Amino acid sequence: MDIHEYQAKKILSNFGVTIPRGGIVYSPENAENKAREIGGSRWVVKAQIHSGARGKAGGIIVCNTPLEVAQATDKLLGKKLVTNQTGPEGKIVNRIYIEEATDIEKELYLGLVFDRSSESIMVVASTEGGMSVEEISKEKPETIIRSKIEVAVGMQNFQARELAFGLGIEPDLIRRASDTIIGCYKAFSELDATMVEVNPLVISKQKQILALDCKMSFDNNAMFRRSQVSELRDKTQEDSKEIFASDRGLNYVSLDGNIGNIINGAGLAMASMDMIKLAGGAPANFLDVGGGATPEKIVKAFKLVTMDEKVKVILVNIFAGINRCDWVAEGIVDALKKIEIKVPLVIRLAGTNVEKGNKILKESKINYIEANTLEDAANKAVAALNK
Amino acid sequence: MTVLVDKNSKIIIQGFTGKMGSFHADEMIKYGSNVVGGVTPGKGGSKHLDLPVFNTVKDAVNETGADASILFVPPAFAADSAMEAADAGIKICVAIVDGIPSHDMIRIKRYMRRYTKSSKMTLVGPNCAGIISPGKSMLGIMPGHIYKEGRIGIISRSGTLGYEAAQQLKNLNIGVSTSVGIGGDPINGSSFRDIIEKFEIDDETDAILMIGEIGGPQEVAAGEFAKENMKKPVIAYIAGLTAPKGRVMGHAGAIVSAYGESAIEKVEILKECGITISKNPSVMGDTVKSVLEKM
Repeated sequence: MDIHEYQAKKILSNFGVTIPRGGIVYSPENAENKAREIGGSRWVVKAQIHSGARGKAGGIIVCNTPLEVAQATDKLLGKKLVTNQTGPEGKIVNRIYIEEATDIEKELYLGLVFDRSSESIMVVASTEGGMSVEEISKEKPETIIRSKIEVAVGMQNFQARELAFGLGIEPDLIRRASDTIIGCYKAFSELDATMVEVNPLVISKQKQILALDCKMSFDNNAMFRRSQVSELRDKTQEDSKEIFASDRGLNYVSLDGNIGNIINGAGLAMASMDMIKLAGGAPANFLDVGGGATPEKIVKAFKLVTMDEKVKVILVNIFAGINRCDWVAEGIVDALKKIEIKVPLVIRLAGTNVEKGNKILKESKINYIEANTLEDAANKAVAALNK
Repeated sequence: MTVLVDKNSKIIIQGFTGKMGSFHADEMIKYGSNVVGGVTPGKGGSKHLDLPVFNTVKDAVNETGADASILFVPPAFAADSAMEAADAGIKICVAIVDGIPSHDMIRIKRYMRRYTKSSKMTLVGPNCAGIISPGKSMLGIMPGHIYKEGRIGIISRSGTLGYEAAQQLKNLNIGVSTSVGIGGDPINGSSFRDIIEKFEIDDETDAILMIGEIGGPQEVAAGEFAKENMKKPVIAYIAGLTAPKGRVMGHAGAIVSAYGESAIEKVEILKECGITISKNPSVMGDTVKSVLEKM
């Protein structure tokens, strides 16, 4: 789960990280007042969407008067912002963060992620703040320093100090810098985060160490014990079909193609998408109804896939284990009584009781194309598209 | 030997009296697995499915001599249950449950460091289909009948894609020595490399089929291990050619976040390690067959 910049800043400031003064607003009038309340002579108006690279997309505007702050807010609110991370459909701006402008002396990078090789938490830092970590590792890999943290004992002061010295921070600021790094670590480990990124972490001309932009993501599997974090979810930033799916226990990812998929198991779903591509088609979605593929889930899956107007063919591929094919077939027949399908439907069943399952489908009056193997299913779906 | 489980494995079910635990315990018993009891805290002393229920894993181990366990406890309690099994002297534990927080998985793995290599439990999963040695024992939730007895080792992250492979092999009259589902989570109990190493020394296995996917370093680590240390042929398929970067594809671990984690990159690296690639998921069986014919 992702959260907004202003939410991440609030969290990090609770862990001792210094952030510029700022506040969230929902209207231009609100924005003007907020700017006066914050004080100073320069403000930054920041569109709150779940994406990086907002600056290049026009989502961050520097203003010199409270009136400009109001105008910039007016310009951004309700707008769809397209960044290189949002995809062409962009993301809607419903909240604006107004922040005092910072006189920047130096921009640094600080990130925390899980390291899957060492199964520990990895802190990554670089003197090249402001660029994405991918750009840094491509263009200035020599500036990257890393520290692996033993989760059993947590991050130690010396580890934070080594990073701070490694970033070339002047001696007077080392203490403050290491407190900032440890604060980020604590936020990561105590809140079940999967990513904390402060980019840039800046040293201001006034010698403050500030988190100027930050991002946090959390482990969906841990939300049962992080109710305060899960309340920060902003569904307006998510794909409506993906919300529909996650609310119903389905794993769904929207894609650009036109062959809709209903598959049980994430691996089999990815494999089926690969087969569609090899057959010359393109998947409209990734959809895993779960290894068990109960008839209820199949009904929900049909609803979801038919919501997508791009879909010109539907491919169902179920490998039934404990959930026998005859049971799955009854689920499909039942779903098609409830939901009208206007596009060709290819069904491939495999596994337990496959003959019974196919017999049930044939004897029902549903209009479908039967497929036997993974390859056959993909070929028939692509052929149906071209008819 | 057999990899991880055999006819003599004495199995207990953690989360025995729940709906999932009961259903799959029954399936395992029908398959012929030697299930000796189960654990549900607070229900010790009672009987379930004609088998004894214990309050703690230690009690179960002391009374039944159990050496294998399978977890059907909810995700919030799974880490605790896995550590309990490790401490009670269980040798192999399969965590079926999907949804264990990553921070908990790291905690389990750190906890297990207290045991010496010879007394350390092997944890398989979470978010997996489990283990089957066809004709011998099933410590998992797979449909046992699709696995023919034979000499191919299967390691798969995905459950249903592993079934697909077993079915393709069966259709070609090729059998399986052991199939291990290692699960789709970013941090798991046993990696591809951990299991591939066991297959290399297993005298009942001739070749290994590894079914990986996008995300994480484990497929590549296994490939590098195979290149340096293995004599048996390895065949691999990597799912997720069409998966977009930066998105989680169902499995929490199926996300490309670094170089070498996409399907194309993994395939290239594995080829360099001398591994035979199944070019698409519908020819996994055929690819194994052609490798066997060359042996």
